[in-house]
Amino acid sequence: MPFIPHTEEDVREMLAAIGVGSFEELFDEVPRELRGRVGASVPPGLTEMEVTRLMHRRAERDGSWLNFIGAGAYEHHIPAAVWQIATRGEFYSAYTPYQAEASQGTLQLLFEYQTMMASLAGLEVTNASLYDGASALAEAVLMAVRAHKSARRVLIPATVNPVWRKVVRTIVRNQGIELLEAPYCSAAGHTLPGALEKFAAQDLAALVVPQPNFFGVLEPVDELADWAHAHGALAISVVNPVALALLKPPGQWGADGADIAVGDGQPLGVPLASGGPYFGFMACRRALTRQMPGRIVGETVDTDGRPGYTLTLQAREQHIRRSKATSNICTNQGLMVTAATIYMALLGPAGLARVARASHANALALATKLAEIEGVARAFSGPIFHETVLRLPVPVAPVMRALKAQGILGGLNLKHAYPELGDALLVCATETKNEQDLAFYAENLARIVGKRQAPRSGALKPTNS
Amino acid sequence: MLIFELSRPGRHSKGLSPHAAPGQGAIPEKHLRAQPPLLPEVSELDVVRHYTGLSQKNFSIDTHFYPLGSCTMKYNPRACNALAMLPQFLARHPAAPDDTGQGFLECMFELQELLKEVTGMEAVSLAPMAGAQGEFAGVAMIRAYHDSRGDAGRREILVPDAAHGTNPASAVMCGYTVREIATDAEGNVDIAALGSAVGPHTAGLMLTNPSTLGVFERGILEMGTIVHDAGGLLYYDGANLNAILGEVRPGDMGFDVIHINLHKTFSTPHGGGGPGAGPVGVNARLAPFLPLPLVAEAKGAYRLLGDADRPLSIGRLGAQLGNAGVLLRAYIYARMLGLEGMRRVAAFATLNANYLMAELRKAGFELAFPRRRASHEFLITLQGLKQRTGVTAMDVAKRLLDKGAHAPTTYFPLMVPECLLIEPTETESKRTLDAFVAAMKEILAEASENPALLKNAPHTTPVRRLDDVKAAREPRLTWKSP
Amino acid sequence: MTTPDNLKYTKTHEWVKAEADGTLTVGITFHAQDMLGDVVFLQPPEVGRTLRKGEECAVIESVKAAADIYAPVSGEVVAANQELADKPEKVNQDPYAAWMFRIKPADPGELGALLDAAAYQEVAEADKH
Repeated sequence: MPFIPHTEEDVREMLAAIGVGSFEELFDEVPRELRGRVGASVPPGLTEMEVTRLMHRRAERDGSWLNFIGAGAYEHHIPAAVWQIATRGEFYSAYTPYQAEASQGTLQLLFEYQTMMASLAGLEVTNASLYDGASALAEAVLMAVRAHKSARRVLIPATVNPVWRKVVRTIVRNQGIELLEAPYCSAAGHTLPGALEKFAAQDLAALVVPQPNFFGVLEPVDELADWAHAHGALAISVVNPVALALLKPPGQWGADGADIAVGDGQPLGVPLASGGPYFGFMACRRALTRQMPGRIVGETVDTDGRPGYTLTLQAREQHIRRSKATSNICTNQGLMVTAATIYMALLGPAGLARVARASHANALALATKLAEIEGVARAFSGPIFHETVLRLPVPVAPVMRALKAQGILGGLNLKHAYPELGDALLVCATETKNEQDLAFYAENLARIVGKRQAPRSGALKPTNS
Repeated sequence: MLIFELSRPGRHSKGLSPHAAPGQGAIPEKHLRAQPPLLPEVSELDVVRHYTGLSQKNFSIDTHFYPLGSCTMKYNPRACNALAMLPQFLARHPAAPDDTGQGFLECMFELQELLKEVTGMEAVSLAPMAGAQGEFAGVAMIRAYHDSRGDAGRREILVPDAAHGTNPASAVMCGYTVREIATDAEGNVDIAALGSAVGPHTAGLMLTNPSTLGVFERGILEMGTIVHDAGGLLYYDGANLNAILGEVRPGDMGFDVIHINLHKTFSTPHGGGGPGAGPVGVNARLAPFLPLPLVAEAKGAYRLLGDADRPLSIGRLGAQLGNAGVLLRAYIYARMLGLEGMRRVAAFATLNANYLMAELRKAGFELAFPRRRASHEFLITLQGLKQRTGVTAMDVAKRLLDKGAHAPTTYFPLMVPECLLIEPTETESKRTLDAFVAAMKEILAEASENPALLKNAPHTTPVRRLDDVKAAREPRLTWKSP
Repeated sequence: MTTPDNLKYTKTHEWVKAEADGTLTVGITFHAQDMLGDVVFLQPPEVGRTLRKGEECAVIESVKAAADIYAPVSGEVVAANQELADKPEKVNQDPYAAWMFRIKPADPGELGALLDAAAYQEVAEADKH
């Protein structure tokens, strides 16, 4: 029997100890008509060998690709030690550390994580994780509205990941919160503080500021944070944690710094894995601590005066505050944070900065190479981190299919999310790509675009004659 | 020792990061950070030894019996982890085209189908990333359903007073007010109180069955009729699904919408707090509102459905298809169990709980509901012990750590004084249960002979009892260089 | 001793003291702090806020619980004890000295509707069972 250790003799003894004659009697409080309808369509069980073969076959079917898609989930090298340690049974199969004395490993690790993440964000306090970056942004919007007390409008630039904006809408829409969209500069590819003036008369709880934004472009974050504060709104930053090894931390934006920082922690040692599990991080200034959702670990002492770690400020949370909790979140993404902490410790400040610099350098090199192809151009003039938008002279979808035939995933087609950009493609290169990879992509794109352009321009000529 | 205290300026495991990139790049000066972040400067061996050492300070299923009520801490099969971490699964980008993920999507589609079958629901979405997010999605669907019918006056969700805190918190996040329904002396929802609470303002009732009191709601069919007759919907909190997996289906009990905690019933790891996965299942009338994305199949090809396919959906709960790696582990577990294996989950979980309950009762412990059958878990109350000896449920829980067992859930549900909620799960052997009973007997004797031993427990853990009050009054939430 | 005779009380465990200047001082009772355990955080209402009788106006937290403080009468908050934000333990040490806020009642007649010490004692006793 899979995973059930009982022998027949065990079962006999246990039923006798309970004082029943059969399993049937154990369910004698369940209405008879409800029992035993579980479905014949569930297939019979597989042995470990059989399921191994099945899963290998399916994994092989998914294949291996040279990936240039980013768009919120980024391919980075993950040192071998990260997941070997994170999947040790003592981390992998432990529960939430409510019994602190039996959970010092997880708790100390979370305390170390909070220290690292707070420092990356340049803010004083972080929680122990939320589900992902998108839902963390939704929680930040709710938190800002709670903290602001009077306003229920939040301004979100169109340069924030469009899927994240959808998630925010799903999560906050039943609480009477209005989301406004700020436009971006079509030349530079970032938000212009001047363009926000039309929202100045609105009573705003918060302005969201992404860095880098969805186009990979760096936003004028100092001006935007100051604009938010000048208009009585909180500044919520959305940041990439690897970029923060190089970029100014949200806590130092503008005169007073952003109030809340959120993002997806996936780039810190978490595999792409078709979308999850990742983890959302959230940091804030100290004054907002009690408005923060999610678990928080604090340092204290035991009865012998030794330092130790425990979940704290729990009166914010659903298991105590119930309907008045800051959020309904209970289970978080603890194991991913375990991996991220080990990742950050392995790389250190110098290693993480190297990852960020190499990613930036590769993205620049790729953007330059691709923009040399006839008809291909960078869509925006603003400075980038490790991702950029290209305009193609031909529709994107067939080009992506042709690249895929060469084993290349060429980027994300922006046709649906940003139709105003025309035939636009979001391309990312991280430190995982080498010169040959970039050259291989450029050669193939040049060939594919060239082939598609040629007949079209040829076909146009006769009509002019 | 914290990792930061091992740090030495200039130490760097250079082989783990890329070669230094040439040049300064093109990031304008004003965007750059002035000070490097506070990450430790340590060697790879330092890191491996430090975090291996930390792991050894944890209790876990792999090292200890973990009878934590309502949490279903059963064995997490290693094959599920190994196979979910095959390189092609790990490397796949979530925005990669569907045709580069047919193997993965086939698993997800089949998981949807399996979950439909074992819960008796019409349709399933895998999107929610935890039980609480499943609750949010479920209540949001209830609201979308009422709104779609122009039935806008329903503004109240009913929740039993024994419910998990996530239930009322989720209802409030969906814009509802919450009314609590009392529990009767036998641990059932008070049906008369329910009858007088429902009305045209009722959006729905959220219910865990078996309940958090460790008993099956015997009046479930009548309760369903009361709520449905009032125009409300019935929500099933799947926290305790392990008690009925393979025996009873929520859909057959009359529930309109459910969530399933895969990190409980389908044995994916708890990971020191997460990740979980909280798929939602619905009957036909709620199906149009399911959260996105969903996995569809046509002629052997699998694809993700989005807004255009499902215009009435409540939307997306996260950037991607939920916690995909957790879903894969649950899928692998379900395939290994198969129909026969699933049928045995509830049976053996219930056998273990009732055996443990019987043995603890014989050992002198007081049951909260002595006339009831245990579900997959049961409640004991130490109120009498406290009155006799001053020893509390917390003291007993801490002493159990010394005896090598993780503590049961303490002080939940709130209305049973000095309670321990005990859930052994089906993967524990009789021998382990007998050892736990022996430990509990010893503790009972110690409570009379030497209560101070319990009051000061634990004695053998890496730290003794921690000062929670200090932690909350003077929050120290990050390390500061001395 | 745990329910001083010179104060008025509410069913929600606030004590109320009538001051000479016509304002009312509000805190939580011995019984309330005993049920909560060690108080770790307290957020009094903002000065100038107008309260309706029975309105939630302040939050008090211990490690394992949180409770709302309700306005015993309608009126305007004229003072708040900010010292408690830094020293919440004072609520446990002497709940009748650790006042939370002062309110200027809109209708002085509402004071008469509050419980006296004997009536509150009964409420507290019933609460323990």
